[in-house]
Amino acid sequence: MKIFLTAIAFWLVAWAINEWLVRRKIRSVLISQMRNVIVPVLFGAALLALWEGATRGFNVPTILLPPPSMIWERIITSTHILWADFRQTFMKAALIGFVLGCGSGFLIAIAVDRSPFLQRGLLPIGNFVSALPIIGVAPIMVMWFGFDWPSKAAVVIVMTFFPMLVNTVSGLAASGSMELDLMRTYASSYWQTLFKLRLPAAAPFIFNALKINSTLAMIGAIVAEFFGTPIVGMGFRISTEMGRMNVDMVWAEIAVAALAGSVFYGVIVLIERAVTFWHPSVRNRATA
Amino acid sequence: MTARSNILPLLTVIAAIIVFWYAAAVWMNSPWQIDRYKKASVDWSFSQLVSDTLNQERPVLPGAHQVAVEIWKTTVQKKITSKRSLVFHTWVTLSATILGFVFGTILGIFLAVLIVHNRAVDKSMMPWVIASQTIPILAIAPMIIVVLNAVDISGLLPKAFISAYLSFFPVVVGMVKGLRSPAISQMDLMRTYNASNSQLFWKLRWPSSMPYLFTSLKVAVAISLVGAIVGELPTGVAAGLGARLLAGSYFGQTIQIWSALFAAAALAATLVMLVSVIDRIVMKRMGFVSGKAS
Repeated sequence: MKIFLTAIAFWLVAWAINEWLVRRKIRSVLISQMRNVIVPVLFGAALLALWEGATRGFNVPTILLPPPSMIWERIITSTHILWADFRQTFMKAALIGFVLGCGSGFLIAIAVDRSPFLQRGLLPIGNFVSALPIIGVAPIMVMWFGFDWPSKAAVVIVMTFFPMLVNTVSGLAASGSMELDLMRTYASSYWQTLFKLRLPAAAPFIFNALKINSTLAMIGAIVAEFFGTPIVGMGFRISTEMGRMNVDMVWAEIAVAALAGSVFYGVIVLIERAVTFWHPSVRNRATA
Repeated sequence: MTARSNILPLLTVIAAIIVFWYAAAVWMNSPWQIDRYKKASVDWSFSQLVSDTLNQERPVLPGAHQVAVEIWKTTVQKKITSKRSLVFHTWVTLSATILGFVFGTILGIFLAVLIVHNRAVDKSMMPWVIASQTIPILAIAPMIIVVLNAVDISGLLPKAFISAYLSFFPVVVGMVKGLRSPAISQMDLMRTYNASNSQLFWKLRWPSSMPYLFTSLKVAVAISLVGAIVGELPTGVAAGLGARLLAGSYFGQTIQIWSALFAAAALAATLVMLVSVIDRIVMKRMGFVSGKAS
């Protein structure tokens, strides 16, 4: 009980500090940026403390919810297993599927863009398919491409293809008629217009698709492993260790997945800021 | 662009997909069929091969008509209460989806209201709400279900929980945007009327957030169906579209997998359409210009 009360106290103190930090008016850009980092980190730390305190204080069975310290210990002691799983699921299945799915969606979008007929036919279907539970093709892909990573990559390709297609097509339509006219007065060819005007104008849409797809790729690769895998992989580990009631291992795997997913997303955001530096949403961030 | 000018291209693309499907079915099923011909030492012609490959018991890729027949058999010709009826399985998944969707929406709106009204919550929670979605939450579905089973919560609720977790995110993000969408001049006008905080909320913020809410709801309902289906995968539950998929993959019943897949697709389409219809009615009654919002 004492542990739990300490955790509660920590939570309250963290909350008070956050309230105080948020209410202060800060002029300096650097300090206000630091505040934007510190506040969520403090919130996360308080949440972890509450979790630790509640599980230890009330003696929650570790099968239900292990305390964070126990999960951390497990991560430290079994890095080689986690690394092998990470390589199998993330670097092979998710990443290869992501590149192929996004790449083919992008290329087909450019091809479709030249024909308004195909555009009108494909776009409604693309929009429709984006709303479907595509994850359901996983068992079929496992049947077609076997248990190893190609079948998982195939699921990821199917999942990431349509968001990319739809977003790129609408992105290519985003450049204004004034700008297009200007390009025409320069006597620029189709390809020049595409590379110098339309693709840069489509970049915000394309990055939007990349961000959506980064999470979809992780989900696709892991869930597809529930339908059959070799004896390595994050999805495999999660389902088998759950069956053996090694919940701390499951949580360790989840922590790795969460970290990988966040870093993946973060890298895409960084590239986006570098590429679309001209876009209002990025420009405002730099000045405010 | 009118709806009518879309019909011809749409039909062309659909026809192309069906032709491609049949070609793929013949191509993918033929090795097994040819192997059988050889074992039985039967002379075979191409037309015979085509008709045989499209009528296999367990094809690699079933033809569209086989899936259609299976769906017809398992919906119309079976009693709804039967375990082999697709309607029964669809209903199981649908009920979890809707329960999760409603929970997720309520939670999402609640969180958005909190975020808009309290800066500390905004600054400390919003990054985590976004981070929570980079976690492949579907991956921990099996654990959530096993854990909830261990504390004697089983059946509908665990699945609904996963659906709720997935669907709350688009609602939070959309609603935060929507509740902040009134222009400064509108807020100032409300203040000159000496409006209280709750009046400001109910008369300005809430109505102007509606287009955003419905856009998010369309995403949320689709994603909560995915959550319900994946929630059915791990624990060997006997009912639901996800269970159908899993059972089909264990026993190599490809036709069953495809029919479950089509049922899921139809369900998703219906749900999204339903939200769109409600969206249009609400927008019309609130006097939004149709087509401009969302």
